[in-house]
Amino acid sequence: MSTAVATASPTRAITARHVGWAGIALGFVAWFIALPPALMRSPVPSVIIGLLAMTAGGWAIRAGEKRLGWGAVAAGIIGGAGAIASTQSGVGNLKDVVTWSALIAATLRYATPLTFGAMAGIVSERSGVVNVGIEGMMLTGAFFGIFGADLLDSWFLGLLVAMAAGGLLALLHAFFSIQLRADQIVSGMALNFLALGITGYIFLDHYGDQGTPDNISRVPDVSIPGLKDTSFFGDAIGKTNLLIWVSLIAVVLLTAYLFRTPGGLRLRSVGEHPRAAETVGISVMRTRYVAVVASGMFAALGGAYLSIGFVGSFNQGMTAGRGFIALAAVIFGKWRPAGALAAALLFGFSTALAQRLPAFSPSAAVLFQALPYVLTLIAVAGIIGRSRPPAAVGQPYVKE
Amino acid sequence: MSIEPQEPVEGQALSGEEGPEAVAITPAARLAAYVQGGGVLVPVLTAVLAFFIGGLVILVTGHNPFSTYKAIFNGTGLNWFFPWVTGSDRSTAALNLQQTLIVTTPLILTGLAVAFAFRCGLFNIGGQGQYLVGSYAAVWAGSSWAGMPRVLHILVAILAAIVAGAVWAGIAGLLKATVGAHEVISTIMLNWIAIWLGAYLFALKGPLQNSDPSQQSVPVSNDVASSAKLPVIWGDPELQGLHIGLFIALAAALVFWVILNRSTTGYEVRAVGLNPEAARYGGISVARNYILVMAVCGAFAGLAGSLDLLGWQFRIATNDILNSANVGLGFFGIAVALLGRNTASGTVIAALLFGALLSGTSQRNLDPTIFEPELASNLTLIIQGLVVLIVSADVIVLTMLRRGRSMFRRRGAPAGAEAEPSS
Repeated sequence: MSTAVATASPTRAITARHVGWAGIALGFVAWFIALPPALMRSPVPSVIIGLLAMTAGGWAIRAGEKRLGWGAVAAGIIGGAGAIASTQSGVGNLKDVVTWSALIAATLRYATPLTFGAMAGIVSERSGVVNVGIEGMMLTGAFFGIFGADLLDSWFLGLLVAMAAGGLLALLHAFFSIQLRADQIVSGMALNFLALGITGYIFLDHYGDQGTPDNISRVPDVSIPGLKDTSFFGDAIGKTNLLIWVSLIAVVLLTAYLFRTPGGLRLRSVGEHPRAAETVGISVMRTRYVAVVASGMFAALGGAYLSIGFVGSFNQGMTAGRGFIALAAVIFGKWRPAGALAAALLFGFSTALAQRLPAFSPSAAVLFQALPYVLTLIAVAGIIGRSRPPAAVGQPYVKE
Repeated sequence: MSIEPQEPVEGQALSGEEGPEAVAITPAARLAAYVQGGGVLVPVLTAVLAFFIGGLVILVTGHNPFSTYKAIFNGTGLNWFFPWVTGSDRSTAALNLQQTLIVTTPLILTGLAVAFAFRCGLFNIGGQGQYLVGSYAAVWAGSSWAGMPRVLHILVAILAAIVAGAVWAGIAGLLKATVGAHEVISTIMLNWIAIWLGAYLFALKGPLQNSDPSQQSVPVSNDVASSAKLPVIWGDPELQGLHIGLFIALAAALVFWVILNRSTTGYEVRAVGLNPEAARYGGISVARNYILVMAVCGAFAGLAGSLDLLGWQFRIATNDILNSANVGLGFFGIAVALLGRNTASGTVIAALLFGALLSGTSQRNLDPTIFEPELASNLTLIIQGLVVLIVSADVIVLTMLRRGRSMFRRRGAPAGAEAEPSS
């Protein structure tokens, strides 16, 4: 009865949403106050806030916001339990693990390849072509980035070589999925194997057992004067890799392009209803070709960041499933750049946290490495709600 | 000009080779009909083309493709079948052939694990994770309870692996069926979770690290007890002779065929694969089939893991687990299934091809003076990728052949020929 009333009246439904979100936020707060720098050593306030979060969730569920409400209840339980666990553990350990500035810096580092990968996924899928080959395109970018930077002795040219190689691999995907109307998932998967073989082959053929040399030109860090020496922001974002900023700018630009320009509208229309797009004079084929190749370039930048931005070397298969996590970020972010960035940051944070958790339990340290993958699995399971892909995604277009 | 009924084109590549036999008029239509009826021409052309492009890769990197392929062929041991190979060459060939068949065994099963999912319209990329959890379960069961009667111990260890694999894959099936999580992403994530799970289980001080006091600094499992080792039927048991697992794998292929073609379950699975909406309309529970199919796939892959462990590896080390992240047998299962057109017999033959390729390019079998084995294993990956790529598009070969579209005519060659090596 009450739910029927609530869903019928729009104002009540909006309030329920707000309460739901507030509940989720309270769940985070419950845990947050038990961590440094607040470091509340008594669990009582956290438990009270956690209960508040659960109450808010319960209210939201009654008012019809089921998914959000359950999210708030879960946030309350997790936040409260986490806070209790935190108050039980040593202050020293907590301070080791939870240093927010360092965690933020690490989150950005781990999130950047995922952000680029997610942008690759969005561009391609918005145009109607599924791209599960992002992993392979990233790996191609990672290798050819360092290969180019080594041969041409310039990180900038390395990035260009990476993008060219990633674009070329994407062109192959475009040819198969657009021209030959291949099964896009299978052909994308084929690219992953192909990229693994080709990069591994050239890597071994050229570098042998030695691996890539140490003195390769690397993408520089950008230090922000003024901010660099402040204690918190300085540690977090005062000195970060150029490509991290590029990835954030790419998110803004891609959002603007997709939703504020005629070109973006065309791209989206091709992914939603190619027949209608073709009718008004948009070339579906050309739009998709361009989108897929751009997708490969984005993915390659993510890979190049890994090799010449982050790590400084290459090893076989170094992308380690990041392309697929990026795809999950696309779904999680509902095919919107900002949403995907949020998801990438979440996955990046989980990796950053996993790197620091061994302070608590060295024997289980290895298990924490699985955290980003578990989180991705939970994310695609649709905790945040089912998201709707572009209508024509995965369907080859046949011109009449 | 084509007289077959027009069927939906999408999903055909994934879901089956059965189609109405057509009255062939033109060579193109005859070819199409042949393929529709489960012909071997397209898979053979696919493999030939992939090897040809692989040969080009060898050539442009400054090696001789002919001597390389010859060395790889000799590494496979398939020359054992030539009566003119005698003496020490023959005994080497026998050893190599045993290796090839040992690798073929799990490949048949991981291939079936992918093929079964394809027949239901699912893409199981999680074969590797399912294989790994199967091998964890097998090594745990095989190294516990030493002294159990041999047949019983082997069965228990295999069963443990089958259950582990089925449960692991079942997670992906459950997520697909209940919340619609795409199985490509969920199975890939389960692969990585399985890898880190294994790295944890057998790590130093991990729960399943070996209990040998002199081996405490080695992150490796206990050895499988001799009562759980599979009997060796050809070659020296101490030198990785051929174990009976090959016959278990062939039996599994038979089971695959029977389930798929001679049971109600198989009928439902194929119906869901061809058109889930129509199947749902016809009263078939699509969700139930997704869970069931993934569990069966996991069972096949888990069985593969147990046969490797009980047949010749006998122990599992964290290094091997981590190294298998991208190049494990579970991944080769994809190419095996696709090349075998997702049928039981096709999978067995494709598994032999890839088994031969893997053992022929292995450190142990390939003559390093002719071609670097490490390079060759990447060549295997390239060939695998090419096979999958060409297969992904071969449904278009059929479409073009059937409709006599201009694109095919102009090029005058099977569409597979348009595959080009990238970069």
